[in-house]
Amino acid sequence: MSGKDEAELSRLLRAAIAGDEKAYADFLHRIAALVRGFVRRKIVQGGVDPEDVVQETLLAIHVKRHTWRQEAPVLPWVYAIARFKLIDAFRRRGRRIEIDVDDIAETFAEPETETVSERDINRALDGLPPAQRSVVSSVSVEGRSIGETAAKFGITETAVRVSLHRGLAAIAKRFSQGRFGRE
Amino acid sequence: MRTEDLIKALDADISSKAMPLRPAWWLAAGAAVIIAAAVFWMTIGPRTDFMVAAHTVRFLSKFVFTIVLAISAFALIRTLSTPGAATGRAMAWMAAAPLLVALAVVLELFMVPERLWGTRMVGSNMMICMGFIPLIGIGPLAVFLWMLRYGAPTRPVLAGTVAGLLAGGLAATFYAAHCFDDSPLFVATWYTIAIAVLALLGALGGRFFVRW
Repeated sequence: MSGKDEAELSRLLRAAIAGDEKAYADFLHRIAALVRGFVRRKIVQGGVDPEDVVQETLLAIHVKRHTWRQEAPVLPWVYAIARFKLIDAFRRRGRRIEIDVDDIAETFAEPETETVSERDINRALDGLPPAQRSVVSSVSVEGRSIGETAAKFGITETAVRVSLHRGLAAIAKRFSQGRFGRE
Repeated sequence: MRTEDLIKALDADISSKAMPLRPAWWLAAGAAVIIAAAVFWMTIGPRTDFMVAAHTVRFLSKFVFTIVLAISAFALIRTLSTPGAATGRAMAWMAAAPLLVALAVVLELFMVPERLWGTRMVGSNMMICMGFIPLIGIGPLAVFLWMLRYGAPTRPVLAGTVAGLLAGGLAATFYAAHCFDDSPLFVATWYTIAIAVLALLGALGGRFFVRW
């Protein structure tokens, strides 16, 4: 990783924290690509879906962005979070495998079907309270702006922002506790 | 949800604000000191001959140990709560307080006749010491563990242990103003055990409470 990238990414994140949405989108896209490469290199055998780890890492970077010291390099910070989330994913997977071993007899015979759409984040999203879930879905999957989402649900933009923020924080928390579905 | 979609949601949430970690740690430290001071004054308070004792080297040395421990633990816990931050130097400074205590113990063994070693070590206050250091430190420990959750420690158990040492250093600083046993032999034994209790609680807190 060259020093130029580092400087550019630091600049983008500083601008983002100051409120520049465009800089933040740019930052997140670049970080997603870097983390995807990192995670794919680390996951040699199956079991953990790299893209799940990428999404968890991006969410952690988002909710923990106040832990970045603006004068410090940004990439060591990003990779430290990615590594932590990757280890966490392996640890959880290890537990699940232990649970699965009890009734494997038939599952072994079936070919493993790769369900691309069944992401951890979707399960976490499904577990949110309805108001938060619909706002997060509207802004993410359905691609609406804050204003459009407010108009759709007939609530204020502030209410949309609050629901979005709480929803994202709740998803991040569920990941950290290894809970994905509805309780 | 595709990663692309997630980025849209994160981007829309950029305006939400959170206090940067560094000022948050200083606020937490201030709150912890106030909590520890309140518990100290409401329970045991300083010893009656505090002003006289303040002229003796043994009494003052206790504060050197505990304050050095608290300062080095505070420096370390701040780096541990920041992903990717270098921790090596702060980790090395954690040796300072134990080394000072060890040095004081050696000096004490030279200065005090051998028949008094046992008396000095056992002292008169050990149960109070082992009770009140954890009692004064438990509130600060809760504050520090909460701060670790607010931060992002990639080694939660280690960070929790350091939170316990920090709470222990702080609590022991207050407790030292109450305790009549000033010998390094007493401090090295009973303060260490009391602080270790908090460190153990901190490690458990790090394991089970500090998730992010």
